[in-house]
Amino acid sequence: MANILLRDQEIADIGTYDVYVQHGGYEGLKKALSMSPKEVIALVKESNLRGRGGAGFSAGMKWSFVPEVEGPKYVVVNADESEPGTFKDRQILEKNTQQLIEGALICAYAIQASAIYIYVRGEFWDIGFNIEREVEKARAGGWVGEKIGGADWGCEIYVHWGAGAYICGEESAMLNSIEGKLGQPRVRPPFPAVAGLYARPTVINNVETLANVPPIIVNGAAWYKSIGTEKSPGPKIFCMSGHIAKPGNYELPLGSTFRQLIELAGGVRDGKQLKAILPSGASGPLLPATDKVLDTPLTYEDVAALGSTLGSASVIILDEDTDMVWAALKMIKFFRHESCGKCTPCREGTYWLEQRLSAIYHKTATKADVALIESVAVQMQGKSLCALGDFATSPVLSALKYWRDEFYAYVEPAKPVPATKAPARKPAAEAAAVAGD
Amino acid sequence: MLKEKYAEQIAKIFAKYPDKRSAIMPLLYLAQEHYGYVSPEGINDVADLCEIDPTQVKSIAGFYTMYRETPKGKYWLQVCTDLPCALVGADKFHHDLLEHLGIEEGGTTPDGLFTVEHVMCLAACDRAPMLQCNFRFVEHLDMEKMKALLEQWRAEAAAEAQPSGD
Repeated sequence: MANILLRDQEIADIGTYDVYVQHGGYEGLKKALSMSPKEVIALVKESNLRGRGGAGFSAGMKWSFVPEVEGPKYVVVNADESEPGTFKDRQILEKNTQQLIEGALICAYAIQASAIYIYVRGEFWDIGFNIEREVEKARAGGWVGEKIGGADWGCEIYVHWGAGAYICGEESAMLNSIEGKLGQPRVRPPFPAVAGLYARPTVINNVETLANVPPIIVNGAAWYKSIGTEKSPGPKIFCMSGHIAKPGNYELPLGSTFRQLIELAGGVRDGKQLKAILPSGASGPLLPATDKVLDTPLTYEDVAALGSTLGSASVIILDEDTDMVWAALKMIKFFRHESCGKCTPCREGTYWLEQRLSAIYHKTATKADVALIESVAVQMQGKSLCALGDFATSPVLSALKYWRDEFYAYVEPAKPVPATKAPARKPAAEAAAVAGD
Repeated sequence: MLKEKYAEQIAKIFAKYPDKRSAIMPLLYLAQEHYGYVSPEGINDVADLCEIDPTQVKSIAGFYTMYRETPKGKYWLQVCTDLPCALVGADKFHHDLLEHLGIEEGGTTPDGLFTVEHVMCLAACDRAPMLQCNFRFVEHLDMEKMKALLEQWRAEAAAEAQPSGD
């Protein structure tokens, strides 16, 4: 089947305006404009397109929460792709630029937004300028500005560059960042659909989510639902990295298996055996490479049933030689650095997790520290404003769940250490299953 | 002063947002370009333009990793050493690069040309080892390629320095 999202792999320069239009570009927006905004929302809802940023929430549902009120409304495109192992949005932004722009415009029409802010991570410096150039070409084509496609509706598109902060991928932190405030999450409610950017109704969607929208409008909900599975329909971009022979992005229908995906990407590097998989970057719990895991359909529900999460589908492959203590420490370092500092459990918890895990790795810890990091991680869960505080616990808890002996191998034989373990609120296994939802 | 040099760009930035405060981030990039880093003067310029207290601007500058709060080398090399890159040799690459340049992590070469820092995930995990040089990605690296690049940058810097006689 031809790619629906990564069309650049088949059509050269499909991201540029002229080529895009030659290949059916803007037919989706044209069709949407012939419908009422409500009909557009109903169609996207019917397609059951689920958010590709990680949460998997129904896009049409999200759009439907926006109240019909006078005054400005906004669409914010989340292009702050920063999850370790994730580089799918980058390929859309770089090589399928117009499909994203068209998708964002359809969303803007559906909620009657007057402006779209595309929040690109600062490191996508040149990509941001490329988007601006393509926006100007779309404007010349009559798709940006006043009276779009002759309709009584107009919309502007602006690019806003982040400046290096993972937390700004969290939607309410992103809104703060655009407003020139610290990129820290907000207390909800109010939800962005009601009071988002500049306290106005706002829809925030991931790049890949919006790239799905034009083909849905053109081909209809039934077509979309014929791809993937009933609860997780449509195509998905899987980012393959780590110990894999051919790292890169692969577009497959949701419901494909890890086994198919790994095979497609050339198998484990250097003919090694597979040890573990991170299905959704550093944020989702590690999974051991069992037959059950390898044959699990990659859908939001099925990966959750394994105790992990599909998330943004950034699949990091770990081979047999991987030291799981080292891997967990790498991920904890990331979260410690990226914790925005607003919520104490996350700020202090990531600090102590890194501190004690580092001591374990450097063989200056005891067995009690292994219990301590588990206890700290469990106590962090569900206590922060955004998901980062939960994400940060999953490398530790999932590594302990499946490879506890590797941690013990690093610590000296148990000495009589006074019990420091605070009472755990949840059993670790249950907690690991919750992390990253 | 940013105001005179970048008048046109500044007007474009303010036109994007309904609120002056939103211009802080893009203006900080201009200040960084002008002063070489986000200097106290740069902070004050941005504060004046946004009609906001300099402390507020400074807090934003400090929150993000892409604003340099101290001067860096002409080539600011940020090597990604996060898990996916590290699985394919980024830690060793980072270490070898530091050793080759004879500097510590975060340090700058005595000639002021190169600063090397490790950095969090840059969304280029499939092209590791990689680094970001002054906001441009350089990918699929190994030390051999890196040494050639360093030579190229040294030559470019020398050529730039000559005509102006600095």
